[in-house]
Amino acid sequence: MLSDQNWLLSVGTFLPLVGVVLMVFVPKHDEVTAKGIAVITAAATLVIGIITLIKFDYDQSEKLQFFVDNKWIDVISSRYIVGLDGLSLPLYILSMIITLLVMIYSWNHVPSPGNPKAFYILMLVLQVGMAGTFIAQDLILFFVFFELVLLPMYFMIGVWGGENRQYASLKFFLYTMFGSALMLVAFLALFFQTKGADSDHGFSILRLIEEGAGLSRNVQIWIFAGMFVGFAVKVPMFPFHTWLPDAHTQAPTQGSVILAAILLKLGTYGFVRIAIPILPEGAKAWAPWIGILAVIGIIYGALGCLAQTDMKRLIAFSSVAHMGYVMLGISTLTPLGMNAAMFGMVAHGLITGMLFFVAGSVKERYHTLEIKRLSGMLKQMPKLGWILGFCAMASLGLPGLAGFWGEFPAILSAYSPAEGLNETLFRVLMVIAAIGTVLAAAYLLWLYQRTAFGEPTAEFAGHGDGHDGHDSHAHGAHDAPAVAVAQSVGAAANDDDHHSDIHDVGIFEWIAWTPLLIGILVLGIYPQLMFKVLDPAVQVALKAFKAP
Amino acid sequence: MWFLEHAWLIPLIPAIAFFGIIFFGKKMPKGGSEIALVAMVAALVIAGGTAKQWIDYNDAPPAESATHAVEGAAVEEGAVAEEGAHAEEGAVAEEGVATEEGTHAVEGAVAEEGAGEEEHHVAPVRHTWTWWESGALSFTIGSHIDGLAVMLLLLVTFISTLVLLYSTEYVRGDRRFTHFFASLVLFSSGMLAMVLAPDMSQLILGWEIMGLCSFMLIGHWWEETANSKAALKAFLTVRTGDIGLLVGTAMLLGIFKTLDISKINEMAAAGEFESKKVLMWAAVALFIAAIGKSGQFPLHTWLPDAMAGPTPVSSLLHSSTMVVAGVFLVARLYPVFHVGLDINLLGQSFNLIAVIGGITILIAAGLAFVQNDIKKVLAYSTVSQLGYMMMGLGVGAWVPAVFHIFTHAFFKCCLFLCAGSVSHTASHHSFDMKKDMGGLARKMPVTFATWMVSTLALCGVPFISGFFSKDEIIDSAKYNGYTVFYYIGIIGAGMTAAYMTRATYLTFFGKARGAAAHFLGEEHHDEHAADAAADHGDAHGHDAHDDHGATVAHGKPLPFAPSDSPWQLTTPLLILGVLALISGYLNAAPLGKSWLRFEHWMISSAGLPFGEHDPMALPHPPEFKWMNTVPGLALVALGFLVSLFLCRGLFGDKAFALKGLTSRNKLAGAGHKFLVNKYYLDHLYEKVIVRGITGPISSAAYWVNQNILDGIVNGAGKGGRRTGELVYKYVDQGLVDGIVNGSGSSARATGGALQPMQSGKVNQYGALLFSAAAIGALVLVIVNS
Repeated sequence: MLSDQNWLLSVGTFLPLVGVVLMVFVPKHDEVTAKGIAVITAAATLVIGIITLIKFDYDQSEKLQFFVDNKWIDVISSRYIVGLDGLSLPLYILSMIITLLVMIYSWNHVPSPGNPKAFYILMLVLQVGMAGTFIAQDLILFFVFFELVLLPMYFMIGVWGGENRQYASLKFFLYTMFGSALMLVAFLALFFQTKGADSDHGFSILRLIEEGAGLSRNVQIWIFAGMFVGFAVKVPMFPFHTWLPDAHTQAPTQGSVILAAILLKLGTYGFVRIAIPILPEGAKAWAPWIGILAVIGIIYGALGCLAQTDMKRLIAFSSVAHMGYVMLGISTLTPLGMNAAMFGMVAHGLITGMLFFVAGSVKERYHTLEIKRLSGMLKQMPKLGWILGFCAMASLGLPGLAGFWGEFPAILSAYSPAEGLNETLFRVLMVIAAIGTVLAAAYLLWLYQRTAFGEPTAEFAGHGDGHDGHDSHAHGAHDAPAVAVAQSVGAAANDDDHHSDIHDVGIFEWIAWTPLLIGILVLGIYPQLMFKVLDPAVQVALKAFKAP
Repeated sequence: MWFLEHAWLIPLIPAIAFFGIIFFGKKMPKGGSEIALVAMVAALVIAGGTAKQWIDYNDAPPAESATHAVEGAAVEEGAVAEEGAHAEEGAVAEEGVATEEGTHAVEGAVAEEGAGEEEHHVAPVRHTWTWWESGALSFTIGSHIDGLAVMLLLLVTFISTLVLLYSTEYVRGDRRFTHFFASLVLFSSGMLAMVLAPDMSQLILGWEIMGLCSFMLIGHWWEETANSKAALKAFLTVRTGDIGLLVGTAMLLGIFKTLDISKINEMAAAGEFESKKVLMWAAVALFIAAIGKSGQFPLHTWLPDAMAGPTPVSSLLHSSTMVVAGVFLVARLYPVFHVGLDINLLGQSFNLIAVIGGITILIAAGLAFVQNDIKKVLAYSTVSQLGYMMMGLGVGAWVPAVFHIFTHAFFKCCLFLCAGSVSHTASHHSFDMKKDMGGLARKMPVTFATWMVSTLALCGVPFISGFFSKDEIIDSAKYNGYTVFYYIGIIGAGMTAAYMTRATYLTFFGKARGAAAHFLGEEHHDEHAADAAADHGDAHGHDAHDDHGATVAHGKPLPFAPSDSPWQLTTPLLILGVLALISGYLNAAPLGKSWLRFEHWMISSAGLPFGEHDPMALPHPPEFKWMNTVPGLALVALGFLVSLFLCRGLFGDKAFALKGLTSRNKLAGAGHKFLVNKYYLDHLYEKVIVRGITGPISSAAYWVNQNILDGIVNGAGKGGRRTGELVYKYVDQGLVDGIVNGSGSSARATGGALQPMQSGKVNQYGALLFSAAAIGALVLVIVNS
């Protein structure tokens, strides 16, 4: 019964390419058609995703479902093997959702220098790469998808980015490339070490999981090191993170959202799917180092946030801290930690994705993200202010919102790591990680206090949607949205000042954001929704390790 | 049993109301306050039903109570067997206890005592669902009903309802009226969820939601920086304590392999853990969380600043309910603390909880003397009383400490609401006692009377509620061998009487000043009127309402000035005043054993049997003797008298030798300054720690990031490029260049706007890196094969 709908994954992954082909024939000036095709394609892809979600057998989420195993590149005995289990399902679906929402958001937010056709094509290609990475069960296939992601993002940043886009895109590209190179080395080494040439499934992850454990500890440690660098750059882990703030700051909003929501997860997913199950001894040897670097990342990322003067760069740095919790969970090699990490990936995708959306909208309205110049957002744009507050709370790990379920179990798990790991070390790491939660609250709420609270700064005052209080009547609390809209329309019509575009959340923003906001809330209130899917698969991935 | 099994509705209803108010509140005729009130009343009714059924259940615990409790539970299988086993254990333990309690049985009524033995082992009524699982670990959400939970459910819903009613008038016309009510019901929901928690993860959920609401409500008037700063400070200080909560919870999971509160308590009480030392550290970690939340020394500094929020918030969150969460945590997991910290061990005269509680009592009471803001006096008083509760738990007086939560909630909530009533009606939103109050007793009979009752209750005057709880704590400290804390307790009681006398005198007696003079019609001509008018806008930062100055009604033109606040304000005052008077009789030890109803309902929640000097057992409550109360009462009386004398001298009209002492005498001046600066703790936190982290430390980290880490990356890039140039020039021009240009031009074609200058380099880097990687791969393969 598992092979019934095995076309689903391939169609779900490659469908965006159909859209790309169609869009090639659309003339460049016909922007609406191009955008329309892209959005419809992304929506159709998501429909396939939802069908996958429905057909998925949740009682066997530890098994690879919709499994396909076809010939591909015989010369190196690499095969087209795809499958989906509880580990990949959430991320696979998340990538589809994020792409569609980003496209909807882009409808009237195509960044300069325009050219929506090319922009949307890149997003579709990106989607193929992301989805493919999460379903690939063959290392070469995985690598191809993993690298496929790189190019569209490189162009997105390099073409549609901010002032310093050349440097940022180059750095992003090369840094990741450098990691990928080592990763490929590790894959090849694994192939040769396990006599992959003798098998017709040389790069099959399933085969390697069986063979890998048999490798000597030393070999495992070396190969793991290669993978480690490859994945760690992508995560990014301290000290390989320096490409991230630049890439995020320079990338257009859409790029930042996709980067934060999905691309960073390729690295952590690689650890969970490939490095750890295949090389258990290597993982054990490296786990303490991963844990240490993760915790350094938590504290260091938070301190970096506190030093920022730019809102977007601050959010970018917060990713370093948050991915630190994910990596801490992974480094414990326990089911609890791994579940936390997987949950944390999705939660971080939703929350930080949302934060970048908000940052983009702030930039669009104020033409600056400098924290000093922003103030009183709640007054000028109450709804945007509330959304920022909601996301900040989610990001700092408030229980009841999704972020908590990545952080809390990760901290719990660090108290008793898998057998063979140094308990004392991990307990110290746990305490430091817990201190990190305070710093997270500090930088997020400080950001919120400076940008959302207070009165609008003089330079932007008087252009807002919200009531200014001074002129409101006794019942000022009864904000009438209709009046606010009328005001802003009036302002837009009469006022040729460039600040006149300070308006509250627009319709495309609502459509793009609502699913994310609901996701953050629902996963926060009922985490079992996801833990139920993850847990069996996590148990399988960790079967080589003994729980404490 | 319906209520006992459906108690989970109590937090759920306000939670739903929160969303209702947020989304539809502004469209409602009363701005959402009606949703809030209806929801709270509904929750109150269910809480009342639960309390009634708990009392019945507690009096006659059905033999099959364990199975009964689980029948309703949807998911808990397996638990049946466990709870059954627990009941048996209980039965065995009972016999042991019965002999030890022989001394008690002599005086008590036999029937009463019979029930008393039973009551240690009344199993909680639980109703749970799986909330999240990981492997064998399963964490639940739902309700866990026992005496402690029921008491707080009733308390929180009751006080929330009164405060909501009060707020409908108090924040009427506020610019964020709807949000205010939304935050209040969300807070109640969070607190109720915490109180009901069967599992640590639900407890943390409620705990943090309260923190969020506290943040939102303190910063309610966030236009002013002072308010938003206070909100931030409160959240971050509590969050600092929460490090302990996270770490402690992780340790509990490590020790007991579960986060189920009942199971943790049972195992801790039965000694089923590997290492006592680890348990001790878990208790310490959890206690740090309690320090943060309950404003204990040294993390108490956020609580007085939290008074920047509207007064109903101060009275609900920051005095009667939320801030007792830390005390609740200790009371809820009492076996963990009791066993972990060896409370009641023979010869122990100090432990962490008692010490922190004791210090808090004294330092907070000291600070209450130098406050001019009436709400800050009450805030420090709250801190000090929380210290009593904590100290009570530290000296093994579980029941009195929990009882003090109960009585304190009524009188402290009432005091805050009185302060709000004064400010709302008489002093024009000012809380400055020295500037804008005085002489109000004449014009505000209801406010004054309820204030007086509550003050006497707070001071522990006999036969009023506070006496019954506070005196028991003090008495237990002495009886259980914690002599130092006995002295701290009575000194603290004297200080309480003194600072409350000062506050009462400044507010209600003497000459009316500022806005109060205006209100009482005594100012006519002098410049006070101008002062008061000028103050409206800015001077009174907190509680500056929107309708300031705009509405004449608040200016109180004298002939029409009402004699007291409107009914929405006075009704809660009267109800709370009456409860402040009588609530102590639920556990009135001086009147004999049969009056100890509260103890009878609560004791099974402590999770420990009675016993002599054994960390695994609660100390017996001391026998009440009037003689023992004499030193404490004498100090209280002394506090009243000295303070009254000083107040009349210092704040009266006549010349007084001590007037201006702080400016004349260096020592007194230094002491005064030390107090005014709050022992310089805020300086340490804000100027040293926070500024250090946000300033130099984070800048240094960022500098390292930009110059060292990134420097390496950029250096590697540059070095690579230089090598590339050399290679390009001398070695392999044709081949590399060919590939490079091929991919480069295709890249350019796709990107369109990419600058050609840079793209050439990309290719060089890429090619270089890949060739380096290929060489590396070869080396790796050769080395390892």
